[in-house]
Amino acid sequence: MLIIKLAFRNITHAGLRSWLNVFVLSFAFVMIVMTEGLYDGMLQQVKDAVVDSEIGGGQFWQKDYDPFDPFSIENSHSKIPENLLLEIKKGNASAVLIVTAAIFPRGHVQSAVLKGIDPSQKIVKMPTYLLNDGSDTASIPGIIGSRMAKSTGLHSGDYLSARFKNINGTFDAVDIRIVEVMNTDVQSIDRDQIWIPLKSLQKIYRAPGEATVITLKKDVRYYPSGEPGWTFKNHDYLLKDLNDTVRQKKVTASFMFILLLGMALLAVFDTQVLAIFRRRKEMGTLMALGMTRKKVVLLFTFEGCLLGILALIAGAIYGIPLLAYFAGTGLNVPQVATQAGISIGAVLYPKYSIQLYIITSLILFISVVVVSFLPARRITRLKPTDALRGKMA
Amino acid sequence: MKGSEIIKVHGLIKDYSMGKQSFRALNDVNMSVCSGEFTGLVGPSGSGKTTLLNIIGALDNPTEGDAVVLGKDVNSLSQAEGALLRNESLGFIFQTYNLLPVYTVYENVEFPLLLLKKSKQERNEAVMKALEWVGLTAKAKSKPNQLSGGESQRVAVARAMVKLPKIVLADEPTANLDAANSHNILKMMLKLNEELNTTFIFATHDEKVIAYLKRKVVLSDGKIIDDITLN
Ligand SMILES: Nc1ncnc2c1ncn2[C@@H]1O[C@H](COP(=O)(O)OP(=O)(O)OP(=O)(O)O)[C@@H](O)[C@H]1O
Ligand SMILES: [Mg+2]
Repeated sequence: MLIIKLAFRNITHAGLRSWLNVFVLSFAFVMIVMTEGLYDGMLQQVKDAVVDSEIGGGQFWQKDYDPFDPFSIENSHSKIPENLLLEIKKGNASAVLIVTAAIFPRGHVQSAVLKGIDPSQKIVKMPTYLLNDGSDTASIPGIIGSRMAKSTGLHSGDYLSARFKNINGTFDAVDIRIVEVMNTDVQSIDRDQIWIPLKSLQKIYRAPGEATVITLKKDVRYYPSGEPGWTFKNHDYLLKDLNDTVRQKKVTASFMFILLLGMALLAVFDTQVLAIFRRRKEMGTLMALGMTRKKVVLLFTFEGCLLGILALIAGAIYGIPLLAYFAGTGLNVPQVATQAGISIGAVLYPKYSIQLYIITSLILFISVVVVSFLPARRITRLKPTDALRGKMA
Repeated sequence: MKGSEIIKVHGLIKDYSMGKQSFRALNDVNMSVCSGEFTGLVGPSGSGKTTLLNIIGALDNPTEGDAVVLGKDVNSLSQAEGALLRNESLGFIFQTYNLLPVYTVYENVEFPLLLLKKSKQERNEAVMKALEWVGLTAKAKSKPNQLSGGESQRVAVARAMVKLPKIVLADEPTANLDAANSHNILKMMLKLNEELNTTFIFATHDEKVIAYLKRKVVLSDGKIIDDITLN
C-alpha cells in the first residue's frame, strides 16, 4: 500500500513529464483498439456481405474448379448430384454454371466469365429475378455489377456479344442484353462477370443439368454425404483469403499506433533509466531511512507501472465513450476500403470485443512493467553507501 | 547523563578494494558509545569518519571485527534486518540534507513514520511536534527547493528525530551551512539530546561542531588516536 501511495506521489509530483507519458500511452492504446475494432467491423461487414450474396452456407465445388485458374474452368462442370438436386428443389441450394468467354463491349475484346444462375433462386442476395425478362427473345438477359459496368462501359439496356467454346470444343456466340447493373459490396460476384439464366447457359453451352458450383442456403445445416466429383467448401475455406487480407491490413493500419506505443514505452524506459542515475541519492536516502532495497526496486518499478495503469484508466475514460460513439453511429469510409481490395458499404460500424480490449490492455501493461522493471533491477546491486554518495555500483 | 552501552565496536577493519590493491580505511577500531552521548568522530579528511559512521548505521559491512548496535551485530544482519534497524532506531543527517525533492516539508518529515506504519493521527502529531522542535511549522507545505540551506538541514533534523530514534548519526551536518545556521542547528540537536536523551554521533572536522561535543573520538588513518571526554 505504502509503495503504491509513494509511487503515486512521485508520479504526480513529477508533473508534466508523467502526464505526457500517460497521455501518449493512453492515446496509442485507444487508437490501437479503435483501429483493430474498425477492421474487425469491416471484416464482419464484408463477411456478412460475402455470405449473403455469394457463398451462403457454404459451397460445393466441382472437383476441378479453381477460381484462380481460368483454364480449369473449361473442365469444371458436371451433372448436379441427385441429393443436391433434391436440396435445390427444396429451396435449400442453388446451382451456378461457370463458362469463360470473350466479350466485345465497345468493340474491344475482353475476357469474362458467364455465370448461369437460376433467376428464381433465393439463396443469395442478387436481383436474379430480373433475369426472367423475356421481352426480347433474340438475346439473353444479363446482370452485371457496377465494377464490371465501369470497366466495360456497359449500361443497363446495352447489348453485347459473347464468344465461348462450348462443351464440344466449337466456338459459339450469344447476344446478351444488360437488364441491370447491380451495386454490390462483393467484388467476387462483380468483376469480369456476367450473370445470365442458368437454363440458357446450360443450353448454349450444351451442358444440360450441369453446374460448377452449388451454393447452400445460409443457415441450412447440410452434411455432405458423398457427392462424388464434388467437394464441399465451408466458410473457413471460402473466407480464408478475406480473413488473411484483413489481418494483414490490420497490422499495417495499426502500425503507426504500435510505433507510437513503442515510443511511449521508450519514454517510460528512458524516464526509468534516467531515474536510476539521477535519483541515486534519493535511493540511498530511502535505504538510510529504513526502506529495504527490494522495496526501493519495487517503488521505482511501480512508478513506471503506474504510468501504464493511469494510461489504461485515462484511455478508458475518454476511449470508451469515443469508441462507443463510433460503434453506434458508424464511420464514413467512402472508397478507401474499395481501393484496399475489399469493399464495404459507405458506413462502417467498428466492432469492439472485450477480448480485443483486454488483450490490448494486457499487452500495454506487460510492456510497461517490463520497461519499468528492467532499469529498476539495477538497484538490487546498489550499495546504500554508494547510492548516498551518488555513485553507481 | 550517561546510560547503558548501546554501541560496541571491536577490532573493526574496513578494506576498500581498488582494483588489485586494497585500501584500509579503518584499522582495528575499538570503541563504545553509551546512550545519551553527544559524541563526535573527528579527524582529518580521509581518516575514516564516514566509513565508521556508515558501519554503525548498518549501511556498510566491516571487513573484519564486529559492530554491535543496540544489541545487534550489524555484520550478521540481513539486508532487510539492517533496514528495519535503521527504520526503527536510527536517524540519519547528511551533509547535503538529502530531502526527498518531490515531497513537501511535512511529507519529508512524515516519511519515516509511513515506513513504520503509524496511523495518520500519530503521524500528524509527531510531525507537527518535530517541526516545532526545529521551528519550521510555518514551512510545512513548502517544497525542499523553496528552503534555504539552514532550513533544509532543520527539516532533515526533524525527519531524523520524528520517530524518536535511539541514535542519530550525523555526517558533516554543518558543512554546507554558515556559522549562524550551524550554531542554530547544533543548539537544537544539543537540546534534543538533553531533553529526549537521544544519542548523537557526528562525523566532522568542523570546529563549530567540535565546540558542542561532550566527547571527541579522534581518528587518523583509520585508527583511533585519542578519545577525550569534554566538559
Ligand atoms: N567506496 C570507496 N572505495 C574506495 N575507497 C573509499 C571508499 N569510500 C571511502 N574510501 C576511502 O577511505 C578513506 C576514508 O574515507 P571516509 O569517507 O571514511 O573519510 P572521512 O574521514 O569521512 O573523510 P572526509 O572528512 O573527507 O569526509 C578515504 O581515503 C577514502 O578515499
Ligand atoms: Mg566523510
